[in-house]
Amino acid sequence: MNNIKKNRLKDQAFKIWGIACTLLGLVLLAIFIGNILIDGILRIDWEFVMNLPSRHAEESGIYTALMGSIWVLLLTTLIALPIGIAAAIYLEEYSKKNKLSTILEVNISNLAGVPSIIYGLLGLEVFVRIMEMGASVLAGSCTLALLILPIVIVSTREAIKAVPKSIRDASFAMGASKWQTVYHQLLPASFGGILTGIILALSRAVGETAPLIVIGALAYVPFAPSSPMDEFSVLPIQIFNWITRPQHGFVENAAAAIIILLLITFVMNGIAVYFRNKWQKKFK
Amino acid sequence: MRKIKELVIERGLLLSALITIAVTVGIILVLSIEAIKFFSEVSIIDFLTDPEWTPLFTDKHFGIMSLLSGTLLTSFIAIAFALPVGLSISIYLSEYAPKSFRRTIKPLLELLAAVPTVVYGFFALMVVTPFLQTIIPGLSSFNSLSAGIVMGIMIIPYISSLSEDALHAVPYTLREAAYGMGSTRLQNAFKVIVPAASSGIIVSIILAISRAIGETMIVAIAAGQQPRLTFDPTVPVETITAYIVQVSLGDVQHDSLEYKTIFAAGITLFVFTFLLNTISYRIRKKFQEKYE
Repeated sequence: MNNIKKNRLKDQAFKIWGIACTLLGLVLLAIFIGNILIDGILRIDWEFVMNLPSRHAEESGIYTALMGSIWVLLLTTLIALPIGIAAAIYLEEYSKKNKLSTILEVNISNLAGVPSIIYGLLGLEVFVRIMEMGASVLAGSCTLALLILPIVIVSTREAIKAVPKSIRDASFAMGASKWQTVYHQLLPASFGGILTGIILALSRAVGETAPLIVIGALAYVPFAPSSPMDEFSVLPIQIFNWITRPQHGFVENAAAAIIILLLITFVMNGIAVYFRNKWQKKFK
Repeated sequence: MRKIKELVIERGLLLSALITIAVTVGIILVLSIEAIKFFSEVSIIDFLTDPEWTPLFTDKHFGIMSLLSGTLLTSFIAIAFALPVGLSISIYLSEYAPKSFRRTIKPLLELLAAVPTVVYGFFALMVVTPFLQTIIPGLSSFNSLSAGIVMGIMIIPYISSLSEDALHAVPYTLREAAYGMGSTRLQNAFKVIVPAASSGIIVSIILAISRAIGETMIVAIAAGQQPRLTFDPTVPVETITAYIVQVSLGDVQHDSLEYKTIFAAGITLFVFTFLLNTISYRIRKKFQEKYE
């Protein structure tokens, strides 16, 4: 009997340990967000958003970095979206099971695991040097587009795969061609899932720092970019720059900019989860 | 007409898929070409055995070991923190927690991986290091301990979510059999479910290691910029990724030896993560065949 009691006790102990571990991460996240709010919330006002960067912490703002982030995000979407969705459609609907499809699959899974800084080295050599784009918004967007391509492809494939086979059969039975089936049936039916994946991929892109530092994005840009060929900075790089300055005022600035960056990231994640839940209900 | 249109579209789609191969080829070519140029100036034996890495000083040394030790040390600390916590979470969520709790907590935990890494760097430098300094008096303000722990927090969801998926995928009949024999949930978890899901758990751990090795901003901000061959977690170190950032922030002439060092460092990093990713892909393929 003693043994049974001991086992039950161990079982309960692990349950408590499991709850503690689960809460640990969330508590740390909460402490951390609380800390940043205390440091930075008072610093945020309209001027902080609209001011150009400056040597004086109190006059500095995030305008150029924020505009840079928006430019990069839009261009990255324009580049990664068509390529990613097209590649996913090919892999899911067109490719036959042969050597090429295996290579493509292994390759995409490998690309998803390549560290982001390596994409920075690729972008530096190919876009900045060989294609002579310089450290421009376009070069940064191309680099980030390649970085999120595997995520877009994998999530789009999942979404297309989830469309019931009966819809394809019905479409073919009505005499539709393969592309007509894809374009008029599968894409609209999987729209929610594709959108979820893309928003998640973009929320990753908006927080990326390392690859953009490597291609030469600047920490100090006096003007917001007005064309894809302009030099640029982005929010994470501005934050990094402020963190590495010793004067106290810049720590406040960094915390304030982090609040805005986190807000953008969490809102994007929230929208993605919303679309996912809405879309999942459709097939259940 | 319709057939031609269909063919053109199919070719276009194929082309998009082939771009992914071009990316891989591009990465390998870029890294190797610059690395080969580097190794024509620096002997590969020095690169692998020299204990010092000082390409930016006048007395230049090119020993990758001191960068590699920084990378391995921070990654080790991160995994040592994230593995027990992440694994316990996955077992708790899969075998103990009520369904509704699991459904709300998983996306919340995944938020930990969605936070931009530069933000974690701030956290490590401004919150965790000062806190640790109250416990460990000799702790330098840049150190691998704080960077490693914060990186561990970041990769918790990689281990917990993927392992939970693997545990959850174990057929229910195995649980029924274990409970039928009178096991407690703990015995069932550790003697039946975890061994049955072991390959999935290993995949999640390998992915987490690969993520830690390639992580850049946390270590660039909180671990310092002093390459040294040490396993002391309280002193500043420099990782491969942090070195690449350090050089990129300075003004480096194209075709200078400094410029080439970041590619030599990059290819070392790429080889490590490539091996880890390939191993995890192999295991995953084998695992899928087991239950489907």
